[in-house]
Amino acid sequence: MKRLALSGRPLSEITLEAAARGDLSAADLRIHPGTLRRQAEVAEEHGNPQLADNLRRAAELTALGDEELLAVYEALRPGRSTRAELQAIAARLEESSAPSCAALVREAAAVYERRGLHKPG
Amino acid sequence: MRWSAKPFGVRPVIPAGDDAIFMTGSVVSVAHTRGTGGDEVADKPATTQADGDAGPARGRLGRFVGLDARPVNLDGFSAEDHDAGLVAFESVHDPKPSIEMDDEGRVVLLDGVPAGDFDIVDAYVAAHGIDTSVALEVNSLPDLELARLIVDPATPREEVVRLAGGATPAKLAHVVARLRPVELQMAIAKMRVRRTPSIQAHVTNLLDDPLLLAADAATAVAFGFRELETTVPVLGDAPSNALAVLIGSQVGAAGALTQCSIEEALELELGLRGLTTYAETVSLYGAEQVFVDGDDTPWSKAFLCSAYASRGLKMRVTSGGGAEALMGAAEGKSMCHLESRCVALARAMGAQGVQNGGIDAASVVGAVPDGMRELLAENLLVMLRDLESCSGTDALVSESDVRRTAHTVPLLLAGSDFLFSGFGSVVRYDNMFGPSNFNGEDLDDYLVLQRDWGVDGGLRPVEEARLREVRERAARAVQAVYRELGLADFADKRVAEVVLAEGSRDLSPLDPIVVLKAADAIKGRGLGILDVVRALERTGFREEAERVLAMARARVAGDYLQTAAIFDEQMNVLSKITDPNDYQGPGTGYEVTAARRAEMAGIRQQRSRQDLLERQSAGAAASTAGHFRLIERGEAAPGVDPREVCVGLSPALGTKLWQTMSGLPVGEALRQILAGLEEEGCVARLVRVRATIDIGMIGLTAARLAGSGVGIGLQAKGTALIHRRDLPPLACLELYSIAPLVTKEMYRALGANAGRHAKGLRPVPVRNPSTEQAIEARYHAEVVAMVAVERDECLPGAPPVNLKVVT
Repeated sequence: MKRLALSGRPLSEITLEAAARGDLSAADLRIHPGTLRRQAEVAEEHGNPQLADNLRRAAELTALGDEELLAVYEALRPGRSTRAELQAIAARLEESSAPSCAALVREAAAVYERRGLHKPG
Repeated sequence: MRWSAKPFGVRPVIPAGDDAIFMTGSVVSVAHTRGTGGDEVADKPATTQADGDAGPARGRLGRFVGLDARPVNLDGFSAEDHDAGLVAFESVHDPKPSIEMDDEGRVVLLDGVPAGDFDIVDAYVAAHGIDTSVALEVNSLPDLELARLIVDPATPREEVVRLAGGATPAKLAHVVARLRPVELQMAIAKMRVRRTPSIQAHVTNLLDDPLLLAADAATAVAFGFRELETTVPVLGDAPSNALAVLIGSQVGAAGALTQCSIEEALELELGLRGLTTYAETVSLYGAEQVFVDGDDTPWSKAFLCSAYASRGLKMRVTSGGGAEALMGAAEGKSMCHLESRCVALARAMGAQGVQNGGIDAASVVGAVPDGMRELLAENLLVMLRDLESCSGTDALVSESDVRRTAHTVPLLLAGSDFLFSGFGSVVRYDNMFGPSNFNGEDLDDYLVLQRDWGVDGGLRPVEEARLREVRERAARAVQAVYRELGLADFADKRVAEVVLAEGSRDLSPLDPIVVLKAADAIKGRGLGILDVVRALERTGFREEAERVLAMARARVAGDYLQTAAIFDEQMNVLSKITDPNDYQGPGTGYEVTAARRAEMAGIRQQRSRQDLLERQSAGAAASTAGHFRLIERGEAAPGVDPREVCVGLSPALGTKLWQTMSGLPVGEALRQILAGLEEEGCVARLVRVRATIDIGMIGLTAARLAGSGVGIGLQAKGTALIHRRDLPPLACLELYSIAPLVTKEMYRALGANAGRHAKGLRPVPVRNPSTEQAIEARYHAEVVAMVAVERDECLPGAPPVNLKVVT
C-alpha cells in the first residue's frame, strides 16, 4: 500500500534531491491521518486497544496546527481551565472532526470537577 | 531520565557540595594506598589508651574504622517506614486487589476504592486501562499461581499478557512482590516485548557545546547506542542541543533515535519541528498530589501522547518508584504499588512504553530493604502490560562500585528492550542529568561484562581510528551546518579540540552567548529538520543529509510508533510487530549470532597467544643484547661437591621465552641468582630440566643433581623456588610464586639463601611478595601463553642436561 505524507506526496518522493531543490515543505514530512489509522489497526490486531485509541486520536490531531495542539495541551493541565472552557475546547474539537479527542477533554472536565482541578472562578 | 526543573534538587542522598566530592576523593585514595602495599590508614584506630590504664581496649575498632571509610557508607539507608511510603513492597496501607463492574462493564470499584472516590489515576485506569473481559478471571487467581505463570517458560507470553490486561494495579504489585530475583530475571527474559535488546545513551555536556554534543553523539552511535537522550544545563540552549545531537546521531551509522529532555511543552515543540525523533519526558506519578504538583493530569498526558503521535513521533512515558515518597505524598503506599499504578496508567493512556526502574528517585528506593529488587520488578510491571521497557539504571544509585554494578547486572543478564534509559555515554562530569549508574568511564567495564557473560548488552568495541573519524566528521558537520544556517561560526581549532577531548573540561572556554544565540535563532526562525537536511546537503555532508531525511521519512511511515520500535543500522524497524520476543525457555528467544559474538568478544584489550609472545621477542632482543646464551653440555649427572647448588631451568627459558612476568630479561634473573650463590661461596651448576614444566619438579630435580642436595628451580615466567632432595615435590624451602612482583634484588636474595641452605645454615626466609591487586586477572592471559610454550618445549622422559652460559 502506497504511503502518503500529510501533503499527499508519496513517501517514495521524499528524496534528498527533492529536498535540495526546495521542493519539500513541512507538510511533506508530516504523517498522514490514514497512516495513523492503519497503525492503529495494527496495534489493535496485536492486542493493544489503548495504543490504537491513542493513534486514532493522533490521526484526528493531524488537522490541528502546532500552536493549537500546544494550546489544548496547556488547557488540560491542572488549574488552567474552567469547566466551561474545557467544554468549549471539546466542542471545537468535535467540529474539527476530532471526536475522540473531544471525548477525552469532556472526560477530563468531569473528573476535574470532582477532584477540584479546574481553574477557580 | 525524567526532566526536573531542579535536576539536582531531587537527589537528597548525596549532597552535591564540595564536601561530598572531597569525601569521595579521600576514600578512593585510602583504598589506593592500601592497594599498593602501604600500611597507613587515614584514620588510625584509637587503640592506645591513657597511660597506666590497663583495662580493656577502648576506642573504635579498626575493623569499623576501615569499613566506615568504604564508599558504600556514603550511601544513605532508610529504616522502613510504611506511613512515609518508605517501603519497597506491600505497605500495610496498600489496598488488597479488588475490582467490580456494573452491568455495562464499567469499573465501579478498583482496589478497594468505589468510583465516586476515584482519584485521577484510579479514574483514568478504570475508564481505559482494564480489560474487563478477563478482570474477574485474573483477579480471582491466587497471587502465587499468577506469579508462576509469569515465570514458567511453558506458559506463552501472550497468555500472561492477556491475563495481566485485566489485572488491577494492586494485583500486579502483589504478584511481582512474590518473585525472587532470579524469577524476576526469568520473567523479564520471557516478558520483554522486543526480542533484540537495545540500549540508550545520555549525551550532554557542561557547556552545551554543539560540536562536542555532535562528536559525543557519533561516539555513542559508534559504540552501539540506538537512542540518544540529551538535555540542557541552560534551558534556552535546548534547540541547539537537539539540533547538534540529531546531526551527530546520524554520523557513522543510520537510524539512532534522539530526544531532548526538557519541560514538556518545549519538548513537544522541538519534536514538532523534527529536531528530535522521540520523546520520553512525559512523567507519570502514582499519587494524585504528586501528579498535580508535576503540573499535569492523566488527561493532559494522554493528550500529549496523541500529540506526539500526530506528528509521527515515538514517545514513551516516565515514572519510577520513590518519586512519590521523595515528594512526601506517597499516601503510605509501597513504592511497588504506586509504580504499578503508573504503569497501568501508561497502558491506559496508550503510551507504547515506560521508562522506570532506577530513574531520579532510584536512590530513595535503593535506601530501603528490597529496594534493588523493587527496581527490577518495576521493569517487569511494564513488560507485563505489554509495553516497551526502558529499564532505568540511569541514575547513579550508589557511591559503591560493587553496589551500583549489582543494580545493573541482573537486568543485563535478563535482557531488556532498553537496558539503560540513559547509560551516561559521556564522562560523569558532563552528564547534565547527573551521573548515570554507568558512565563514559565505565564503557570498557560494560563491554567486558557483555563478553564475560555472553549476553548482548547492545554495545560493541570501537577502534580508536574509527572513533577519531566519526568524532571529527560529526564536529565538522555541525560546524558546517551552523555556518550555513548562520547560527554560529566555530573555528577549525575548536573542532580539533573536540575530537581529542574526553569531555568539556578539555576544551577552551566557550562564550555561553554563542550557544544561546544559535538556539534563539533556531527557535525564532522556526528552523526544522528540512533546514538541517538542506544545510547538510549543501555543505557536502550528503550521507548525513540522507540519514537525517530518512528519520523524517520514518515519521511519515509511522511504523516506529508501534511498541518497542527501534531502527537497526539498515533502517529496519525492530518492534513488537516485526521482532517479537519469542522466549519459551532454553534455546529460544534472542540468540547472539556468531558474528555478534565475535564483535562482543573482540575487545581492544584482547590478546592472542601470538600477541603475547611478541613481547617475548622484544625480551629476546634485550637478552641477546646482554650477550646471554645457553649451550647444552651433555646429560647431567649427580654432583659430589658439597658446595654445589644446581639451578634447574624450565624447558623454554632462554630458548623460546626471554622475559619474566616482571619484565626482567631471564638472563638477568639468572645472573642475580648466580651472584647470590657466589656471595655464599657456593658453586653453581646450571641444568635444563626438560621433562617437566612444573616448578616443584624442576627445583627437586636440580636439588637431586646438586652435590649439596639443594637446588633452585626457575621458570621462564620468573617463578622460582629453593628445593632440597629429601623433600616431596610440592614442598620446598622458599618460593616466589608471584612472578610479576619478583625483582632483581629478590632473585639475588634467593640465590644467597639457597647457598646458606647448602651450607646447612638456617637463613631468614625470603618473603613471598604479596599484593591486594587482582594480579591473576592482570597476568593470567599471558601466563597461559607462556606455559603453553613451556609445554611445547617439554620432552617427557628426557633426562636433564648441563648448561653453560655463554656471554
